[in-house]
Amino acid sequence: MLKQIEGSRAVAEAVALCRPEVICAYPITPQTHIVENLGQMVKGGEVDHCEFINVESEFAALSVAIGASAAGARAYTATASQGLLFMAEAVYNASGLGLPIVMTIGNRAIGAPINIWNDQQDSMSMRDAGWIQLYAETNQEAVDLHIQAVRLAEELSVPVMVCVDGFILTHAFERVDIPGQTQVDDFVPPYEPRQILDPADPVTIGAMVGPEAFTEVRYLAHYRQMQALWLIPELAEEFAEQFGRSSGGLLHEYRVEGAETLVVALGSVNGTIKDVVDQMRDDGIAIGSVSVTSFRPFPAKRLRQCLSGGKRIVVIEKSLAVGIGGIVSTDVRMALAGAGLPVHTVVAGLGGRAITQQSLLNTLSRAHRDVLEPLTFLDLRHDVIHREIERLETQRRSGPVAENILRELGSVADRIG
Amino acid sequence: MRSSHVKFYQTGTFTVGNRLLDDADRSVQAAVERTNSLNSGHRACQGCGEALGARYAIDAAMRATDNQLIAANATGCLEVFSTPYPETSWQIPWIHSLFGNTAAVATGIAAALRVKGHNETRVVAQGGDGGTTDIGFGCLSGMFERNDDVLYICYDNEAYMNTGVQRSSATPPTARTATSQVVGPEPGNVFGQGKNVPLIAMAHEIPYVATASVADVRDLEDKVTKAMSIRGARYIHILVPCPLGWGSAPHDTVKLARLATESGLFPVFEAEHGEVTDRCRIRRKVPVEDYLKLQRRFAHLFKPALKSDVIAQLQGLADRNIRRFDLLAREED
Repeated sequence: MLKQIEGSRAVAEAVALCRPEVICAYPITPQTHIVENLGQMVKGGEVDHCEFINVESEFAALSVAIGASAAGARAYTATASQGLLFMAEAVYNASGLGLPIVMTIGNRAIGAPINIWNDQQDSMSMRDAGWIQLYAETNQEAVDLHIQAVRLAEELSVPVMVCVDGFILTHAFERVDIPGQTQVDDFVPPYEPRQILDPADPVTIGAMVGPEAFTEVRYLAHYRQMQALWLIPELAEEFAEQFGRSSGGLLHEYRVEGAETLVVALGSVNGTIKDVVDQMRDDGIAIGSVSVTSFRPFPAKRLRQCLSGGKRIVVIEKSLAVGIGGIVSTDVRMALAGAGLPVHTVVAGLGGRAITQQSLLNTLSRAHRDVLEPLTFLDLRHDVIHREIERLETQRRSGPVAENILRELGSVADRIG
Repeated sequence: MRSSHVKFYQTGTFTVGNRLLDDADRSVQAAVERTNSLNSGHRACQGCGEALGARYAIDAAMRATDNQLIAANATGCLEVFSTPYPETSWQIPWIHSLFGNTAAVATGIAAALRVKGHNETRVVAQGGDGGTTDIGFGCLSGMFERNDDVLYICYDNEAYMNTGVQRSSATPPTARTATSQVVGPEPGNVFGQGKNVPLIAMAHEIPYVATASVADVRDLEDKVTKAMSIRGARYIHILVPCPLGWGSAPHDTVKLARLATESGLFPVFEAEHGEVTDRCRIRRKVPVEDYLKLQRRFAHLFKPALKSDVIAQLQGLADRNIRRFDLLAREED
């Protein structure tokens, strides 16, 4: 059914349609509206057979989900930013135990300095935690990915994060097609756990494993993600047949035919990128883009197929590996090993800075002319940086950097508009 | 308390007392139908108080639930010695997730059981003092506050034994640990720190809180049985001497637990909805020295010179417990 609703509400409705049995809620911006909506739906009786638990921290949220999942319930939670870091230990644990929990990440920056706005540093920090990570480009895809995620998680017994850009998607009101219950029931069968805490057949879960078997256990975690490389597109195909629209899969290509410059990005920024691609194509520039939906497992082979026909790659990423540069671009370079293509890292949109069409156009034009540096920061205020660096060099007690920068920029009111 | 109603002719071992009881009241631990929740072959040290306490506690919980029991276990000695892959000593479904999240994992299990309609199956969470009073405290308090249907059992051996005897918030003053060494002007753990988690549990006004020790396993069994008859959040804090960490003889584990309770250092009591309802009376109060001198962690109080003033301070703590929990036996007892 077509609805004009907030992204968070749409995600909550999708999750509810998947018949979750235990939902753990802890507030953190910009994810909060999702669990608020779910709480209302559960309490109001719209979701049958479901426990909604208000916990005391994100660490507890995922831990409750771990217990529930191990006891055979379909478990769900949502978090963002600091919350994801606070539950980090449980994030690794859930995947290590092979528990198919689905968790929404309302992508947000990590402090300090504290910042509630969107980038993808939070989920990137958990990229090696053994969870499948799917990035939604639109709110429609966010809805569809959640439905696919439950199926994917449970078939492989691997937890899945569905990453939805904070505010840009979570708080955006737009038209979303929310499927019907029967349709979702047909796609997502009841949860059949591989392992379950059951007094009728007692098992020990979470035993200590030494060097004799640890590598094998870890390899199998990798193996399951390699299985996901074929299951993800398969599910997307099945989803398209049943729901009549294409969503998910490993990646989406956009006007890559004959493209010399290829842009790679994750999540909602692909909308802007596509507009810029259109604009540049109109100007006769051979450019295309690839939106990576599945960052873990990383579709290296598929990406190589898409990109190897180009002459240069530009990765626009909303995260920063401090001390080296890009996170996504490092993986893209791995996928393109030996192809001899230059891969440019463009760090953009940190802490919610708008990624404008004009800035992208300038950057991509420079890339197309082969004058773009290997690592750039989109719209970086060089004047401000230089003054602060100068201060650091001349004054020992130079004060808190964040505050200095803000002072440089003037009052908040001055900067609006 | 049920076990305190029986007048043993000597202050001594439970086995002597057991013979004085009616058949129906005797411990079933020696019977063939004993469940052995924590089976033999595990790797606990000789004289491990935690292994003893855990087996009696979980066996009692199994009996009380007709074996419909699931356990969540914190990281720690109990977890490590009972489940070295691919072996396990547990005869019940058992999960270990992390050090600090056991109460939350148990909450999740309880929620799953409720939503699946398995109301007959119950959940026990268990951990050591580090996993309970320190790193797991946030999740524990959350589980209490929500009154989740979980019995949490803390096996308190008063330090981080699994990592090599480091101080926890349950370590008593003056005790030597690897992080409260016997050096400086205040050797060992300092006075004026630490927390009393049974009292904190009571402050959550949960339906049931009890303390127990491995010196009186019948009392322990009774408390676990009672706890399993109640729905909601329950907490049992069991003192379990650790020969390794305490520097005591393995054969003194039970004796030390008894001396801890009979000196007043470890008060044994029950509370319901935040109010103390019963306590195990001390029938023959012993001085704290009797308890301290059997443990090398307190050796510096006796050698090279007797530190009477410090021992008097510890005696003061014991006496305060006796007053606070009204522990001394009266004539009518």
